[in-house]
Amino acid sequence: MDLVLFSIAAAVALFSTVMVITRLNAVHALLYLIVSLLAAGFVFYLMGAYFAAVLEVIVYAGAIMVLFVFVIMMLNLGKATIEQERAWLRPGMWIGPGLLSLTLMAELIVMFTQSGSVATGHVVQAKSVGILLYGPYLLAVELASMLLLAGLVGAYHLARPPAQVDKRQS
Amino acid sequence: MTAIPMGYGLLLAAVLFSLGLVGVLVRRNIIFILMSLEIMFNAAGLAFIVAGSRWGQGDGQIMFLLILTLAAAEVGVGLGMVLQMYRRFRTLDADALSGMRG
Repeated sequence: MDLVLFSIAAAVALFSTVMVITRLNAVHALLYLIVSLLAAGFVFYLMGAYFAAVLEVIVYAGAIMVLFVFVIMMLNLGKATIEQERAWLRPGMWIGPGLLSLTLMAELIVMFTQSGSVATGHVVQAKSVGILLYGPYLLAVELASMLLLAGLVGAYHLARPPAQVDKRQS
Repeated sequence: MTAIPMGYGLLLAAVLFSLGLVGVLVRRNIIFILMSLEIMFNAAGLAFIVAGSRWGQGDGQIMFLLILTLAAAEVGVGLGMVLQMYRRFRTLDADALSGMRG
């Protein structure tokens, strides 16, 4: 049973990933990329890594993809933006990612309604992850925080408005 | 104990990683290259989760957390560079920046 669920989720992930790298339009590719990440999150859930599944949906499909949307929208602050966005998000475009997401949601419903018969892998609770994170991996957490700080400073520096750049150069 | 064989999970991770690699190599739009990098990060995280689930240890999820952090920092800096590139060169083509001065 869980093998069937895994196969369907894997097929959704593979199909949407292929669609990501073959789309011509960045917004369409982004929709499929979000579906691919959701499918990967479902696979995490099947593997018993509940905490990672939650983080995958919240951080990856939620936060990081929003960054992509911001940048794609920022790059198109032109005159024909409204027509362009209308062309990007025409109704037919939602069918593919919508159907794939519905597949994943159906799997999730099956998973919850038949929770007795569907066995996940070794369930690693968030508690043990947290204990490990602040025990043996404390140095890695500190390094990750420094990496995030460096990323923050770098992103702020790189994405400065061009007016300030010109003022400093002149 | 694991109901799903470990090989299947690792196979899925390998195929996803290959697809991301193909995306990086084939596409020339810098946004698509960044998206393919995300696919590759995600595949690496999936491999860690599969291995962590196989042995019932939390280390796989911790490595996934670190990969998540790395991906977030990489996307922030990468998209900032995309914005700079578009401001200076008015293009998103990665091949347009192949020349160096000097």
